[in-house]
Order: sequence, then structure tokens, then C-alpha cells
Amino acid sequence: MTNPADRRYTIEHEWIKAEDDHYVIGITAFAQDQLGDIVYVELPKVGDRVQAGNAFGVIESVKTASDLYAPISGEVIEVNSDLVDQPQAVNADPYDTGWMIKLRAEDSTQIEQLLSAAQYSEQTGE
Amino acid sequence: MNFTQLAPEERAAMLRTIGVERGEELFADVPADARFPALELPPALTELEARRHLGKLAARNVSVDDWPCFIGAGAYNHYAPSAVGHIMGLPAFYTSYTPYQPEVSQGTLQAMFEYQSLVCDLLGLDVANASVYDGASAVGEAVLMAQRLTRRDRVVLAGSVHPQWREVVRSYVAARGVEIETSAIELGNGTLSEQRVLDLVDERTACVVVQQPDFFGHVRDLNGLSDAVHERGALLVIGVGDATSLGVFKSPGEWGADIATAEGQSLGLPLQYGGPWAGLMACRPEFMRQLPGRIAGQTTDHDGRRGFVLTLQAREQHIRREKATSNICTSQTLLAIGITAYLSLLGPAGLREVARQSHAKAVYAAERIGALPGYRVITPRPFYNEFLVRTPDSGREVQRRLLEQHLLAGVPVEVDYPGLRNGLLLAFTEQNPRAEIDRLVEALRGL
Repeated sequence: MTNPADRRYTIEHEWIKAEDDHYVIGITAFAQDQLGDIVYVELPKVGDRVQAGNAFGVIESVKTASDLYAPISGEVIEVNSDLVDQPQAVNADPYDTGWMIKLRAEDSTQIEQLLSAAQYSEQTGE
Repeated sequence: MNFTQLAPEERAAMLRTIGVERGEELFADVPADARFPALELPPALTELEARRHLGKLAARNVSVDDWPCFIGAGAYNHYAPSAVGHIMGLPAFYTSYTPYQPEVSQGTLQAMFEYQSLVCDLLGLDVANASVYDGASAVGEAVLMAQRLTRRDRVVLAGSVHPQWREVVRSYVAARGVEIETSAIELGNGTLSEQRVLDLVDERTACVVVQQPDFFGHVRDLNGLSDAVHERGALLVIGVGDATSLGVFKSPGEWGADIATAEGQSLGLPLQYGGPWAGLMACRPEFMRQLPGRIAGQTTDHDGRRGFVLTLQAREQHIRREKATSNICTSQTLLAIGITAYLSLLGPAGLREVARQSHAKAVYAAERIGALPGYRVITPRPFYNEFLVRTPDSGREVQRRLLEQHLLAGVPVEVDYPGLRNGLLLAFTEQNPRAEIDRLVEALRGL
């Protein structure tokens, strides 16, 4: 699967995309494929502050559970509550309906340090 | 290398490996005069002599089958039908360790599932785990769970929660920077009273923990507590004292608890010197991913047949390591199976009868003891099967003098409640016939 070029990526397999005055965050196609069938996503609350590199949630599949890491610091302004009942959306559509949180960035220059689609694809050997 | 023997050649090989010539050198750091103290033991006994000697020593013990027992305070002398012990003794249950390759152990998983279903019924909540160590650690886990769910760092404990449960909660949260507030217990107007727990709740409070019936046997009126706690953004934890009380009283779920716990000992487990027992634990379904411990689930296999699995394992330590919901939550499967057998044998009607009888005997005892000069029942009514009596002398002294009369009479509470020095906590079960209670009353009168 190709990783969309309209966003940045982390080595921990999250993507982050600018949208209006905020950023949308999810996990990559590679990550969902490695995890297998996703059964649960634990997300933060609106208003929570997250720190770049720190865990903001947990994703659980039939075989494991992993932390979700924030690509940048900021305040959570929206969470994808559809994932409570439809966690499989992360498997089916990781780059669109499977998004997880929206952040208002503390410092939008942090995003410049993240990987491009091409660099990320290289990391995952695809 | 063979690990089961220690022949001289093997000993020499080991010493060579670690570069030491003689075994004694390993003890060089122990002062010489402390190394081989003279033990001055009597001459060795033969096996026959040793058996007789130990038998004589053992005969000096007194059990609850020898003398009338009115001891409660967290452990209750209820009757367990013989079948409970036989079922627990089945080798398939008795000798097996926790299933690490769980799905081959369908029988154990089914027993765990049945146990959880019974716990859900008893505690009035929809999700239960396969048990934790005991009632005290269940409360500790409930507090940690509330802390994770609310992301708050204060805990309010009612002062009438079992002192040992409170001590375990303190140990559980000690390294996490959690503050504990405890409501004060006072003796005024001849009755115990407790500071309002709600007065201690603030915007940092993760949960309020109350015990029902509480440590003093009192059945608390919890109407409105759950709403008031929730309004302040905290969770309500209800820990059940004597679990047989659930045969007649409202369940924690009905009182609005978010997390409920109970000590399982009352439900068919022997007193066995204070454990091992089992901690019951249940919660509202939206909190299930924060519930610690093992959970058995029912499913269907490839051919559509009913089967059992360990479910929601991603919370557990073998997957989540240090981020698991708990790393101190071993289930007490064998004891949980004993509880399952007990509850299945009694059924709801049987449990109701145990509770009704235990309560009736306590009411009878309270009426008679309360009428004695110098004594007063100071647990507020209603109580279940246990109450605190104000005694003319210290609780310790009364206990000692009753022991001289071959009565296992109650527990003094002065260690944990210094203000209640002249008090003895007395408990009653279906195993106390009226004649025993009358004997206790006469002994108290004669002190």
C-alpha cells in the first residue's frame, strides 16, 4: 500500500496531517497490518494535553496491544468516537475514516522533523 | 549437570567453576563465632517418637470445632457442605497451575466462567474477573483501577473499611504519590458515628471506598451516595464484608457501585489461619479494559460448539508487561472453584437462609447482651451478623477471660481504633446454636 504524500510520518508508525487550523493523527497501513485485527482503541479525552513522543492512547488487536505515540505536542480538540464501536475502521481505512485524534499544535515547527512519505516507506522497506 | 544431587565430585566442579577452593570460603563474611553456633538439640527421635511428640503438640491447638466461635472481623465461621471440599480436591482442579496455554484446559476455563457469572449475580455488575488474592487486594486493585480511569490522585476511604484492607490499599498506592483521606470514627451518644465521606471528596478524588456491611457489622444506608460521588467526577467502590450478606441485602451494583469487591472466604472456604482465600471483583462494562486479572469468556469453535477462552488478555502482564493493568493479580482459581461449588450447592434460597439465620442469631445476641448491666451494643442498627459491644473492661481483657472459659469470643478493636478500647467485635453465623449464645451471655454477665 502506498503512503499518502499529503502528510508526515513517525518511526513509531503514526501519521499526522494538517487540516485547517489543526492536525489529524492516525496509524499507518503498515502498522495496522502488523497488528492484525484491531479490537479496541483507547483514546484520550478532549482537552487533554499530549507531549511529542509520549503515549496518548492504546491500540489493541487480537494478538497484542501497543501504545499510540503523539508525533507532536498539543491539545486534543476531537477524538474519533466512531472507533469505540468500529475499531476495525483502522484496519479497513487507516488513512481516512480510521483517524484517531485531532490536535491543536503547541509548536507547528515540530512537524518539520517528522518523516516524509518516501522516507517512511523506506523505513518500512516498502 | 544434574541438579537433584550434590555428590562430592559435583561440589568440587561447582567450586572450581566459581574459583573457590573450599565451600567454607563462601561464608568468610559471616563472623566466625556466628558461623557454626552450637545448637544444643536434644537427642534425635525416631519417626514413631516424633509423630507422638508432634501429635501431643497439635492436640494443644483449639479450633472453631472445639469451642464456640464468635470471631468475625473479616473471617466468618460459616458452614461449607462437604461436597465443596471434594470438588476442590478433584485432581484436575487441585493439581493444575494457572493455564498458560489456556484453551487446552476447557474444564478450568468453564469453571472460571461459571464463577464469574455467579460473581456478577452476587455483586450486581456485568463484568467480573476470575478472582484476585483476597478481599483486601481486591480493594487495592479497585483503587488503582479508579485512579487509572479518572486520572486523579486522591482516594477517600471510609474509616469503617476493614483496617487491614485500608493497610493493603496504602501499600498498593504507596509508590504512586496517591493521597489517602480516611473518615473519622467516633463514639458519641452511645453509638458509633462516622464523618461524612462526601465531605472529604474534592476535584482530585479518584474514588470513594465504603464497606458494606462495614467493619463494625453496620449495614449502611448508601442511598444517594453513588450520585453524589459521580457529581464530583469520582467513582464509587463498594467492598462487601461478609459476602453471605448478599443473600438478603442489596448488591453493590444496586447501590450504584462502579467497582465492587468482596472477600470470598465466607462462601465455602475454610478459615485456614487467614488464607489463602479469594477476592471477588466486578465492575461496570465500560470499565472492563481497566479490570485487572484473568477473564474467561465464552465463544464458539470452528464447528459452532460452545467453548471457553481467556479473553481481553491484552490488559495482562504476559502481553503488556509493565503497562499491564496489574502485575500483582494472580487469580485464586482453586478457591474460586470452591466458591462456585458452594454457591451452586446452596442456590439463592440457600444463601438467603444462611444470611437470615446469621442475622437472626446476631439480633438475639444483641438483645440479650445489650440488656446486661455494663454492656451496650454500639454498632448502629441495622447490622448484619456482627456488632461492636462496649464492655465494662478493655476488649483485650474481656477476650482473655472468655478464653479461660473456652469461648472464642470476638476481636478487640483497640489496636486500630484506640478510642474504642472498651469494645469487643462479636460475629454470629448459622453455626452458633442458641445454647452457645446463651453461654456467651452468661459468661459476660459473670465477668
